[in-house]
Amino acid sequence: MAAPLPRVQVQPDAFDAGQTLNRFTAMVAGAGAVVSFTGVVRDVEDGLIALEIEHYPGMSEKAIAAMVAGAIARWQLVDALVIHRHGRLAPGDTIMMVATASRHRADAFAAAEYLMDYLKSRAPFWKKELREGAVDWVAARDEDETALKRW
Amino acid sequence: MIDVLYFAWVRERIGLPKERVETGAATVRDLVAELAAREDRYAAAFADVSALRVAVDQELTTFDAPLTGVREVAFFPPMSGG
Repeated sequence: MAAPLPRVQVQPDAFDAGQTLNRFTAMVAGAGAVVSFTGVVRDVEDGLIALEIEHYPGMSEKAIAAMVAGAIARWQLVDALVIHRHGRLAPGDTIMMVATASRHRADAFAAAEYLMDYLKSRAPFWKKELREGAVDWVAARDEDETALKRW
Repeated sequence: MIDVLYFAWVRERIGLPKERVETGAATVRDLVAELAAREDRYAAAFADVSALRVAVDQELTTFDAPLTGVREVAFFPPMSGG
């Protein structure tokens, strides 16, 4: 039998989002809805060579665990899961995923959006874009901060 | 002694990820004033604290947070996860 999935994983390693989702779905007994979001490094023609994600070891795990606990307290969730990578990623690579499971779909959708909004602005990760001859830190977006107000 | 950590461009501007600081600062704001007075690279990093965020013992807080009994303070730009 496979080891249970941790609720929060912060890791440099690549992961298989499809396989993770299948394992999550298999373990959420009583759930009638599973919602998932997968974040991918945009593979567009703007010369991006790599994305470097820095994080605050220790705090990133704690901050995400607190967000998951917040979602579980607020919605009727069977369970939730967050995986977030750090280190150097290439266009097309999977950065992160969120999965939520609930009896009915409204809770799973809302909790997944809540987790994504909080991950954007309250989890200690910073992205740096590497292009030919240019290195830029990705600025936080005002819209991401505004998005938190709905919760 | 407090461990002071820097991330992203704050780390790059100051030139190190972490240092131990002997300080009597009562609040984060007082600590920032002490650090900024050290050298130009610190002054540059802390020139506009509205562009910075702070965590005390790994919890996000404000620049008015007290430092009594605190082990770790981290300075960084607004986060861009997800």
